[in-house]
Amino acid sequence: MIRIGSMAALEDIRKQLLQEQQTKQQENQVVVKVALATCGIASGARDILQFFSAELEKRNIEAAVLQTGCMGYCYAEPTVEVCRRGQEPVIFGYVDEKRADDIIENYIKKGVMVDGLIPKNFSTACHCEHEPQAVPEKSKQIRIALRNCGVIDPASIEDYILHDGYHALADVLNRMTPEEAIEEVIASGLKGRGGGGFLTGQKWKLTRQSQSAQKYVVCNADEGDPGAFMDRSILEGDPHSVIEAMAICAYCIGAGQGLVYIRAEYPLAIDRLLHAIGQAREAGLLGSHILGTDFHFDISLRYGAGAFVCGEETALIHSMEGHRGEPTVKPPFPSEAGYLGKPTNVNNVETFACIPLIFRLGAAWFNTIGTANSKGTKVFALAGKINKVGLVEVPMGTTLRDVIFDIGGGIQHDKQFKAVQTGGPSGGCLTAKHLDTPIDYENLTKAGSMMGSGGMIVMDEDDCMVSVAKYYLDFTVEESCGKCSPCRIGNKRLHEILEKITRGEGSMDDLNKLRNLAHVVKETSLCGLGQSSPNPVLSTMENFWEEYLEHVSDKKCRAGVCKAMMKYFILEEHCVGCMACARNCPVNAISGEKKMPHTIDQSICIKCGVCFEKCKFNAIEIR
Amino acid sequence: MSRTENLVSELVEKHGRSRNSLMPILQGIVQEERFLSEEAMIEIARELNLSTADVFGTASFYTFLDTVPRGKNIIRVCKTISCHMKGKDEVIEALEALLKIKVGETTHDRNFTLLTANCLGWCHKGPVMLINDEVYPELTPHKACEILEAYMKAQ
Ligand SMILES: Cc1cc2nc3c(=O)[nH]c(=O)nc-3n(C[C@H](O)[C@H](O)[C@H](O)COP(=O)(O)O)c2cc1C
Ligand code: SF4
Repeated sequence: MIRIGSMAALEDIRKQLLQEQQTKQQENQVVVKVALATCGIASGARDILQFFSAELEKRNIEAAVLQTGCMGYCYAEPTVEVCRRGQEPVIFGYVDEKRADDIIENYIKKGVMVDGLIPKNFSTACHCEHEPQAVPEKSKQIRIALRNCGVIDPASIEDYILHDGYHALADVLNRMTPEEAIEEVIASGLKGRGGGGFLTGQKWKLTRQSQSAQKYVVCNADEGDPGAFMDRSILEGDPHSVIEAMAICAYCIGAGQGLVYIRAEYPLAIDRLLHAIGQAREAGLLGSHILGTDFHFDISLRYGAGAFVCGEETALIHSMEGHRGEPTVKPPFPSEAGYLGKPTNVNNVETFACIPLIFRLGAAWFNTIGTANSKGTKVFALAGKINKVGLVEVPMGTTLRDVIFDIGGGIQHDKQFKAVQTGGPSGGCLTAKHLDTPIDYENLTKAGSMMGSGGMIVMDEDDCMVSVAKYYLDFTVEESCGKCSPCRIGNKRLHEILEKITRGEGSMDDLNKLRNLAHVVKETSLCGLGQSSPNPVLSTMENFWEEYLEHVSDKKCRAGVCKAMMKYFILEEHCVGCMACARNCPVNAISGEKKMPHTIDQSICIKCGVCFEKCKFNAIEIR
Repeated sequence: MSRTENLVSELVEKHGRSRNSLMPILQGIVQEERFLSEEAMIEIARELNLSTADVFGTASFYTFLDTVPRGKNIIRVCKTISCHMKGKDEVIEALEALLKIKVGETTHDRNFTLLTANCLGWCHKGPVMLINDEVYPELTPHKACEILEAYMKAQ
């Protein structure tokens, strides 16, 4: 890439790239894009990409085979987009070599549709005129943060520029003062997507107002909430949008240096980001005199080392400074005294990814999407017992029902929907009665959960809610930094009580203790981790009180998850006396004559379940 | 100079001597030597003019900055809720049986360490494990063992 010295040069380059693309489109019979995000790669997408390249050439078809980021259809990896000349692109899922061959022979060569078609279920907000955007009639998704994921080649700055990239930065640098730009972000109503939900423009304004010669922009890419993986997808699929937004932020607040704190567990995201930073430097979009102006800015990376609490902004800053990643009391807020004591603006990856489009399409446009107090869209990561796991981006105010049943395709194996945990270990669970609640910051908080980073773990009738609460606490107990005692000790005690209940040894008194202690931890902990860690307990107690009662008074777990409470019985009418169970029982709890019904001695049984597995006659019942 | 001392001075050269270089230096050592030996930590403390307790205190805060020797290959099985819901217990049991060690331990030949981790960001494709930097999603006990056997053969 050559150095881009001005706004006009950027526009020229884009026009030139556009022309090249159009020529290529005319030359090529077909363009094939393979989604090469980590999940695609793990399902064999690299081989598929090679297969298409090699086979299309062998079969004499003029084609361009490209890589792109995650298309969001994670349930159907590897996914491939095929665009025949002059036609709308179509997307195929579960593409193995056999299907790829089918696609080439039938769809590409003859235009005959083949199996595996995924109907496009979203529309993309964009500012580029050259790609026809087919907006599906009923699409409930609008992609803003994910607009380029699965569309562009993340390793190509040219492709990003072609899709309107770095134009927002050019606009801001040339046409706006920092104050005007900040006003635009405030007017958009964009709130932080990292969990806190603080108004982004307001935060920029505060950091701008702090007086200091040195300031920092930090991108929080330490995504660690169980259930969330959108930041990884954005960095893997569209790293330049984050770089561009950080540069805009730096201009607004008056910073010269940017840092991305990224978790070490994301090697591909790290690779792509480093690659993109290198390209941006080469093109003069990072470094000194960016686009011929007096604005200087560069970005470097800092790596996490496996500590969830480092996602909390003060902890993150301490970690970057080379200290233990322990949070400190706010104020002072990072906007006053952050990295190395200097004013620092910390934003989340998804927050940044929205910024360029806000400048291209305007705050007023952004403002039309969403609810009264929550503007724009939110990316949700669907996981758990849902049919179509993956990433979705919907306008704020979309109902849970739409997300889970319409876009997510409902519950796996036609089971009953039970609950969905939003906000990870800081959030709570929502139940069937919340299905029609519009999702936004306010409503989720009202319902006893929170937006968090947007992970949604869906649970069905086979999940025990007491165990779910225990699992989240297990997470917090391990990830608590240990600085303050309510969180360090309180969560441990909460966990112990839940263990006791799931072992079938709990009492009513334990339930009272559990609730009281949960409130104490919530109210007295130092940072967001401890302040929100009891939420899963409190919200499951609120919504599934009868399950807690069953565990303590009837010693029963209706989902059959808490092993200690289960009892194994032999159904006389089914038992043929084959002795298979008795022979395999490790503690000899099963007795009976050959060819006669057997029985299990409950006082000896250790509930290992071997008999259940070994019985060929369905004669073992679990109660 | 010993190998470790050399490595420390290389890393100090690259990242600088200020406090905020501590993390990159520690991470650099772990990348090369798989863990932070006492020797390495003492050397870093000397170079950065910190107390060794401070260096150890910082390192011990982070899961990935191991201060005990680890095997050549580190297996981290995600144990968070969505992987749990999809059967990570069975995967761990199968790996334990194959390697003949428990979670947290290292094999006698020092080739493998089996650990668990909190959320690896693969919630939609659980259960998942990380072997060194490589991600393996949608595991079954059988699949996990096959993958590991390939690593064992390569040793
Ligand atoms: C325990 C804890 C973990 C957090 N983890 C993250 C994280 O992984 N990513 C993130 O962007 N924000 C995380 N946050 C929120 C940050 O402290 C901060 O509010 C956020 O990065 C600000 O960016 P935003 O305004 O763009 O959301 C976490 C907060 C807490 C209390
Ligand atoms: S609440 Fe927990 S994580 Fe936060 S400072 Fe206290 S001990 Fe650390």
